[in-house]
Amino acid sequence: MSIAITTQFICFTALSLVVIIGALGVVLLESIVYSAFLLGGVFLSVAGLYLLLNASFVAAAQVLVYVGAVNVLIIFAIMLVNKKEDLKPINDIKSRRVISTSICLTLLSLLIRVDLTNVWSLSSPQYSIGEESTIRIGEHLFSDYLLPFEVASVLLLMAMIGAIVLARRDVMSKDISTGLPVDQELIEKSSEPLLTNKN
Amino acid sequence: MDYGLDLEYSFNEFLKGLGLSSEIAHIIWLPLPMLLVLVAAVVGVLVTVWLERKISAAAQQRIGPEYAGALGVLQPIADGLKLLVKEDIIPSKADGILFTAGPILVLVPVILSWLIVPFGQNLLISNVGIGIFLWIALSSIQPIGLLMSGYASNNKYSLLGGLRAAAQSISYEIPLALSVLAIVLMTNSLSTIDIVNQQSSAGILSWNIWRQPVGFIVFWICALAECERLPFDLPEAEEELVAGYQTEYAGMKFALFYLGSYINLILSALLVSILYLGGWGFPIPVELIAKFLNLPINAPFIQVFTASIGIVMTVLKAYLLVFIAILLRWTTPRVRIDQLLDLGWKFLLPISLANLLITAGLKLAFPQFFGG
Repeated sequence: MSIAITTQFICFTALSLVVIIGALGVVLLESIVYSAFLLGGVFLSVAGLYLLLNASFVAAAQVLVYVGAVNVLIIFAIMLVNKKEDLKPINDIKSRRVISTSICLTLLSLLIRVDLTNVWSLSSPQYSIGEESTIRIGEHLFSDYLLPFEVASVLLLMAMIGAIVLARRDVMSKDISTGLPVDQELIEKSSEPLLTNKN
Repeated sequence: MDYGLDLEYSFNEFLKGLGLSSEIAHIIWLPLPMLLVLVAAVVGVLVTVWLERKISAAAQQRIGPEYAGALGVLQPIADGLKLLVKEDIIPSKADGILFTAGPILVLVPVILSWLIVPFGQNLLISNVGIGIFLWIALSSIQPIGLLMSGYASNNKYSLLGGLRAAAQSISYEIPLALSVLAIVLMTNSLSTIDIVNQQSSAGILSWNIWRQPVGFIVFWICALAECERLPFDLPEAEEELVAGYQTEYAGMKFALFYLGSYINLILSALLVSILYLGGWGFPIPVELIAKFLNLPINAPFIQVFTASIGIVMTVLKAYLLVFIAILLRWTTPRVRIDQLLDLGWKFLLPISLANLLITAGLKLAFPQFFGG
């Protein structure tokens, strides 16, 4: 085995382990903040896997979109709503866990079966386009994948308008879910006065 | 266009001459440019810290550091040593793991971005095809580290500082990326080497700053905001938030934040000089000088001369910009958080979008001036 292949193998093993353990941690950990940070780690390792596949543009886009935007927004939302809330204990938690685990295992076995039965048409390494892939992605986005691309952007636009309507407090004077008058103050306010009179 | 020194090739040939295989030679070569760039970044930080202290002193009519070395040049080293030996405190109510991981996550992406900074035709660590896009992607990891340290400190000022840092970073990344996109449009490539070569045809006259004046200003404002330099240093606004996300940090962990912010400042200055000020190019093209002196462009003397001129020019342009950033820091007041977000979303974003559109139009109308 040459040095390049050994390095690639070590990188692949490490990245896969991080993806699997990190993803398990996202699901199993009690603390929502840890889950959110681990999710960022999983996204980064997936970007690493793309790099190993010579898809550097996809890897950078993965980091920019998933780590830099999606994950930061998730963490941002968790911290902005940083409420210490005691959740009600659920009675039949054990049976729920069993059901969800079995559903997940079924999906996993289905995926493994697809992976094993399907014949993948892998191109040999000397045909990989490497650095040229940026240009190819651009060409595809503006020719045969133009319609899906535009549909996705319209969908995002709709989601954005919806979010703006929900977030702007002067659009609606009442909270949609509770019907209470909304509080018009700044978001960045402390929940308790900074200088409390202790004596 | 592949004139210039290729140190990697010469080094590998030298090791092969000693009887080593090309793979081993490559492995021995790999860490060298990385170490060199790391040392360059740290020395750059020391110089910038000294400049900051001296220029702020001059702006406030003080003398500044003066006893450590001539003109106080050893003061940053003394500062660094002090931070190294200080006690490393983790507050008892803080989250130890996240508290330690935060500063590392802030520093590592910044250092990784030095991968694409060219000091000459072949004087960079790696000419990756995605080039400048790599820097944009890596710089988007930083807010996670800031949020992490803000949360882990278990202090409301830290948390607010972290939240502000993330909001600021997200808002200014978009106009930043759009102004880079206009440059990429003119170059037809993401690679930093191609971006500099595209500006090298007529010396100072062909620099991108003349073709992209709006992009230059937008990029510079956004770069300052991404570095959290003074008109935009809200995340650590000391009058409101003690020191933002750095409040609970001491010793080496604080030093990581400090180092990260200064390396980021130098990196941004370097990238402005690469994108808009012709990178390693001399104001008069070196080819013209060589022709004037009747020397062939491939002569060893000219090659060494070109390479050293390249490094000197890159560093000179970057430090000119660092100087402007320091002057700005000590002479301008801080903006408010709502003004900051207004500036980012309502002013810079539309302007950079319009700039991109106009650049695309001009490229179609005058392909010889705006890249065909």
